[in-house]
Amino acid sequence: MPDAPTLSRWRRRLSLGLLLAPALLWLGALIVLPHVDLAVLSFRARVGPRTYVASLAQYETFFLEPLYWHVFVRTAVMSLVATLLTLLLAFPIAWVIAKLARGRASSLLFILCLIPFWVSETVRTLGWMILLRESGVLPALLVKLGLIGTPVELLYHDATILVGLVYTSLLFMVIPLISSLESLDNTLIEAAYDLGAGGLAVLRTIVIPHAAPGITAGCIVVFMLTLGNYLTPTLLGGKNSQWFTEQIYTQFITRFNWEQGAAFGFLLLGLSSAMVVAGLKLTGQRFGDVMRRT
Amino acid sequence: MNAADLVATAVSKRFADHVAVDALSFSVEHGSFFSILGPSGCGKTTLLRMIAGFIAPDSGDIAIGGRSMRDVAPNRRPVNMVFQQLALFPMMSVGENVAFGLARRGVARAERRRRTDAMLERVGLAAAAGKRVDELSGGQRQRVAIARSLVLEPTLLLLDEPLGALDLKLREHMKIELKQLQAAFGTTFVYITHDQSEALVLSDHVGVMNQGRFEQQGTPQDLYYRPQTPFVAGFVGANNRIVGRAADTHGNEVRITTAEGWSIHARGHGPIAPGDAVEAFVRPEVAILARRPDDLPRDRPAHAGVVQSLLFDGANSAVLLREARTRREFRIALPQTGQFSDLKPEESVMFSFDPERAVCFPARSGTAGQDA
Repeated sequence: MPDAPTLSRWRRRLSLGLLLAPALLWLGALIVLPHVDLAVLSFRARVGPRTYVASLAQYETFFLEPLYWHVFVRTAVMSLVATLLTLLLAFPIAWVIAKLARGRASSLLFILCLIPFWVSETVRTLGWMILLRESGVLPALLVKLGLIGTPVELLYHDATILVGLVYTSLLFMVIPLISSLESLDNTLIEAAYDLGAGGLAVLRTIVIPHAAPGITAGCIVVFMLTLGNYLTPTLLGGKNSQWFTEQIYTQFITRFNWEQGAAFGFLLLGLSSAMVVAGLKLTGQRFGDVMRRT
Repeated sequence: MNAADLVATAVSKRFADHVAVDALSFSVEHGSFFSILGPSGCGKTTLLRMIAGFIAPDSGDIAIGGRSMRDVAPNRRPVNMVFQQLALFPMMSVGENVAFGLARRGVARAERRRRTDAMLERVGLAAAAGKRVDELSGGQRQRVAIARSLVLEPTLLLLDEPLGALDLKLREHMKIELKQLQAAFGTTFVYITHDQSEALVLSDHVGVMNQGRFEQQGTPQDLYYRPQTPFVAGFVGANNRIVGRAADTHGNEVRITTAEGWSIHARGHGPIAPGDAVEAFVRPEVAILARRPDDLPRDRPAHAGVVQSLLFDGANSAVLLREARTRREFRIALPQTGQFSDLKPEESVMFSFDPERAVCFPARSGTAGQDA
C-alpha cells in the first residue's frame, strides 16, 4: 500500500495529465499521427498493385522534374515578397494604432482591421474577383475615368495573388506589431530625438530593434499562412498561380498519388521550418521570445 | 557677469483653457546651475519641454547660446535632456548609449570610441562600457544618462527630476554627485524639481514657479531668508504659517492677531495697513524654546505653549506645540545639543522669536483660509 505523500503526488500528476489531455489528444491524433503516416507514405514507392517498397523515389521525382521545384521556389519567393509587403503595409497601421491614436480612435482603427475577417476567406476572395475581373468593378471604373480604352483583365497576375495574400495576412502582422510597439516607451523616442537622431535614425536604432520580436513573430505567422494558402492563389491566380499547395492537392486528389503528395507536403514543411530558422538566425532572435509576442 | 546661455522672453503656453506657462522671462548664466522649483502642475515640465523643443511656445522666444530656437527641432538644438525615467536605450550597451549622439552627428567610429571611453572614465564607469543597461545600479544609470548627454558638449543640459525615481539614500548621494559633475564639466544645468531640498542644495539660482509664473528668482539663500511672496515662504523650507489681520503697524513691524486672538509680531513685506488680512511665516529654527520665561531673550514678546508631540528626526528634530490659549499649532526646531530631548507631551513651555526674522505678507486673495 503506497504512503500518503506518494498518493498525493500521483493525484497531482493525474490532474495535470487530465488537464493536458485534450491538448495532447489534439496534437497526437490530428497532427502527429497523420504526419507519421504521411512520412511513411512519402518514403515508399508503388511497384505493382498493392505492393510497395521503401524508396526515395518521391523525393527524387521532385528534384528531377523542373516544374515541381520551379513551383516550389516560386511559392517560397512569392510568399517572402507577400510577407515583406504585409510588413511594410502593417507597420504604419500598427504605429498609428499603438502610438498616435488615442482611446476610442485606436480601438476603432483596430476593429477596421478586424472587420474583413468576419466573412469567410472564400467570400472575401470572391469579392476581389468581382472587383478585378475583366467585366468587374475596377476595370469598368478605369474605363469610365478614361484611363484605359477597353476593360483589362486584372485577375490572374502575380500582382493579383500578392494583393490577395497581403489582404488576407494583414491582421496577423498588425496584432504582434501593435503589442510590441505599445510596449515601446515614448520617452526613448524623445531621448533619441533629443540626442540628435532624425526620424529615420530613430526608426532604425530604437523602434525596429525594440519591435524586432514582434516583427519576426508577424513575419513567421504571415509567411507560414501564405506558404500554406491554397484558396487565394488558386482563385486569384487561376491557372497561372503555380502555387505549391496546388501541386499537393493535385497529387492527392487528381492523380491519387498519395506517396508523391506526402513527399511534397514534407518538402513544404521543411521549407517553412528552414525559413523560420533562417529568419530567426538572421535577426538574432530566440523562438521563445518571439512566440511570446504573438 | 557671464553671458547668458538661456534667455526666455515672455514665453507662454496654454493648453485648452489652462495656462501652463504664463509670459515667463528669465535668463540663465553660462556655467551656472539653475533650478526651477515648483509643485506638480505648476508648468515646469512644460517649460522644460519648450526649452528642449518638444513643445512650441504659443508666444515669446527662447534663445540658447544667443541664438533664437524658434522653429529649431529638438535634434538640432544645442540642448540635451536627462529624462525623469532616464530613458536609457535598453537595446544598446552602456557604451553604445553614450556613443549614440556622437554616431548621429557622424563622428567616426574610432573618435566616437575615444570620446565615449573618456566620458565614461570621467563619470567613473570606465569598466561598464560593454555592460547592458539593466546590469547597472540606479546611481550608475543616472551617470550614464548624464554622460550620454554631456558627451555631446551641449550648451545647456536639462534635467527633468532625474532623482525622483531613486530611493532616499541614493538621492542624497546623487545630489552631491550631480553638483560635483556640474562643477567639473562647467556645463550650464537647468534642473526642474518639486523637491525644495534638491533645489537649495544644488543650485546657484532658483526660480520658484507657481501657476505658470516665477514667484521669485534668486539664490537659495535669498529664497530661504528673504522670500518675496507668501507662496515662496510656504514652499521653500518648513515654515509656520499664521493667518490673521494686521492689528497695528510700527515702522516695518506688524502686529498680527489671529481669529482666535493670538498676537504675534513680524516684519512686514509689501503694503500693509491696520485691519488688512495678512499671513505671517515663522521658520521653526527661528523660534527659541525655553522651560522658564527667564531663559528667553527679554526684548521680544514671549508666548506660552503646550507640547503636543515630539518629532524626532536626528538633526532635523522638532517639537509641535500648541499656543497655550488659542491652541494654534506651532513648530519649533529642537537645538542639536539635545537640550529638550526629554520634552513630554502636555508639558508647558515658553517660546519667542525675533520679529525681524519672521515675515508678514498681505493675504493672497482666495487662499486666506488655507493652511500651509
